[in-house]
Formats: sequence, C-alpha cells, structure tokens
Amino acid sequence: MKQTPLTHWHAAHGGKLVEFGGYSMPIDYGSIVEEHEAVRNAVGIFDVSHMGEFDVTGSRAAEFLDQLVTNQVTTMAVHQALYTPMCDEEGGTVDDLLIYRLEDQHFMLVVNAANIDKDWTWITAHAKDWAQLTLANHSDQIALLAIQGPKAFELLQGLTAFDLATVAYYHFEPSVTIAGVTGILSRTGYTGEDGFEFYVAGDDAERAWEAIVARGARPIGLGARDTLRLEARLPLYGHELSASISPLAAGLGPFVRLKEKTQFIGRESLARQKAEGLDSKVVGLQIFGGIARTGYEVIGPDGSTGGIITSGSYAPTLKTAIALALVPVEWAKVGTRLGVKVRGRQIAAEVIKTPFYKRA
Amino acid sequence: MNVPGNLKYTKDHEWVATDGKVGITDYAQEALGDVVFVELPAVGQSVNAGDAFGVVESVKSVSDLYSPIAGKVVAVNQELTARPELVNEDPYGHGWIVQIESTAEEGALLSPQAYKSQIEGA
Repeated sequence: MKQTPLTHWHAAHGGKLVEFGGYSMPIDYGSIVEEHEAVRNAVGIFDVSHMGEFDVTGSRAAEFLDQLVTNQVTTMAVHQALYTPMCDEEGGTVDDLLIYRLEDQHFMLVVNAANIDKDWTWITAHAKDWAQLTLANHSDQIALLAIQGPKAFELLQGLTAFDLATVAYYHFEPSVTIAGVTGILSRTGYTGEDGFEFYVAGDDAERAWEAIVARGARPIGLGARDTLRLEARLPLYGHELSASISPLAAGLGPFVRLKEKTQFIGRESLARQKAEGLDSKVVGLQIFGGIARTGYEVIGPDGSTGGIITSGSYAPTLKTAIALALVPVEWAKVGTRLGVKVRGRQIAAEVIKTPFYKRA
Repeated sequence: MNVPGNLKYTKDHEWVATDGKVGITDYAQEALGDVVFVELPAVGQSVNAGDAFGVVESVKSVSDLYSPIAGKVVAVNQELTARPELVNEDPYGHGWIVQIESTAEEGALLSPQAYKSQIEGA
C-alpha cells in the first residue's frame, strides 16, 4: 500500500488508517461527525495527496484536452481550473478530474487516486496521434492539502502575504507562499464550503500541514470528506460515475459540451443519450428508518426492482439519512416515494431536491 | 478502556448484566465511532446465544449485534431510536440495547479480566 508524505503524521495523531485508492489514508481522527461539523462551521484540513497529477504541455495541448474530456478546455483562461468528466467512446465515464491551465500551453490534470494508472494509460494512448505533446506523471512528487470551511480564508490569509481575495472560485495562483512553503493555491474543494487546495512538493507537505493545523484547522479524514461531498451532492467516481454511468445519467449535463464542441471522445454516444432520453439517472433520496448503503436495492412505487443506491450515509448537517441512487427516469421526480431493501426488509425513501446542503 | 467488573462479556464486544441487559462495550463504541442508527429487535423475539439480533451503524460501518445469552427479548431501549449516540456516550448505562430473559444456562461468557486481556492483546 502506498503512503502519502503525511501518513506517518496521521498515524501519530490518532488517525485511523484504512486503504483507499491504493493508499493508506486516515478515515477519521476519532469522530466523523465532529470533523464534518468542524468543516461546516469553522475550518478543516484534509490530506488528499493520494490524488494524481499529470502534466500536459505542447502547442496544441488545449486542443488535445478538448478531444479527451467532455467540458471545454480551449476557452479556459490561464490560471483557471475546470471540472470535467472524461469519457470512453460509449459515453461511459473513465474518470472525473480537474484541469488547471498553468500557462497557455501547459496544463495540470488532477485525477482520482484509484484511477491514476488507468487514466495514465488512457491519456498516453490517445496522445500518440498528437505531435509535440509532452506528458508527465508527477503523482508521486506532489502532495495536496485541502483547507475547507467558512474560516479557511481567514486562517490562510494569516499565513501568507499574498492577497487571497484575488483568487476567485475555480481559479488559482501558481506560486503562493504559505507558512514558508510555496505551491499552487486554488479556490476549489469537495465539501460544499468555501476553501482552498494547496499543491506542494511532497517534501514540503508536513511543514505546511503543521503550520495550518497550529493555526487552528482541524485534521479531517476521508470519512467526513465523503459525508461532506455527499450532502453537497458532489459525485464520487466508482459510485455516481463509472464505466456504466455516463456523466449525463449522473446529472453532470452542464459539464458535457455537446453544443460547443463538434468532436470529443464519447460525443456520439452522449449526444444519442441526450436525444433519445436517459433510461436511468442519479437522484437524491431522503431515507426513513434506517441507512441506505452503497449497493442496496431501490424499489419503485409499483414495487418493482431496478434502482440501486450509489452512495448513502447518515448526513451530520441534515441529521437524517440521505442517499444518491441510480433509478429508472420514471421514478426520478421529486416527491416520488420509493423503497430501499435493507437486510431483507424494506424501508421508505423519497426523492428530494439536491444538493441536500447548500451553504448560505 | 473501561471494563466494569460487575458485567460479563463476549469476544464480539457485547456485555451482559445480571438483569439480562445487553449492550456493546466501551472498546466497541470507540472502534465503531459515532453511532448513528441502532436496529432493535421486536420485544418477545427469541434468541440463541450467538444469534444476530440487531444492528449498530456508525457513519461508515454496519455491525451485527450478537446475543450473549439464549432467551427472550423482554425490553428494548427505545431511547436509542432518537438518540443512538447514547451508545457512544454511556455504553454501560443509558446506551444499553436490549434486555434478555435467560432461558438457558449461560454459555461461554468472558469475565471482565478475560475480556480485558482480549482487548489489550488485540
């Protein structure tokens, strides 16, 4: 199992280590609920160094990426970040990622840990037809700290001379020094709160982490990361997105630029899905009298089977059980009453509006 | 780790009191993390020692509860429906889960000392 530059720190500070995406990562430091609340009400720091980073450079790098992913890269401004799915020819999702435009012809791709090898194979194979394109996998050299919550801005501003107000949502500054450590700082995150992500050299990670924690950020494990992103209805690859769940079915239509782009991998299949209508889609559920977990069966209003829970948990901010589920489109209307099979019996669920949680 | 001397224990981290009340140990609640749901059996249900009679769910995990003794469920802690966190806050008191009226000789329960050795060796 791989380690991040901070795995030993987590182990020494009460982190409960589990395997995630091939890495030894902290699931929590004692209480997922308290960590979740800390991010909603104050500020937390996450070690997400398991994420992968690829470099793409070349005179036609933007055009190449426009072919590779469903969102539009060529129109990105320098120092902008973009969320995008990446599909196969059938419209299935290979991964979902962030693209950073570091310079006009230089991009950084940030991919899911469990998909680093698959994505690297996929991207390098598709790059073969493109001249003068340089690709590099820096996943093992780069550490990533996410500082999230309503107090994230104030906390980080106290550790840097750089004016953080100049970093807009989904934009970044390529060279910011925080507590003596210099890295890429972006106004991005996966929690539904304001916050930043800080890409630094692996060797610098602990120094930055310790300084931010000393300033009052609570260390947060992957357990709360999952409940936070679920409340904000942010998809998780392998759950709401997969080779068999297209970005359209996952509700990510705005990130699939069928109108703006005449060509990209999967375009034909996705255009057909859109024209013919989806068979099933991901919806939000409130669950009553139990907790619906990933893989549990969802039962339709007429008692028929055909839906499945993609993610489900107790939601600490909402204080109820919620879930995302892939269901036939006929069941997808808000207010539809469904059932979920839990240990052989059926509990009640209702399709509700998402995001489940939106910050004020 | 708190292991009261007046209770008996199972290797699966349940405790049973002399009045038949059953819960999970301090060690178990700590390992589970925040308990967010407890599935209780019906009053009147018969159980054998070692039977799964309910479920404790934390944010991330689902764990079966195994009956330490054979008997009949005579009471369940309804308070846990609204406040499952009592299992964390007071595992040997307000966080009790069921009360079982024993109908058989008790099986292989652990003494506080034996249970303590088990969790300390773990």
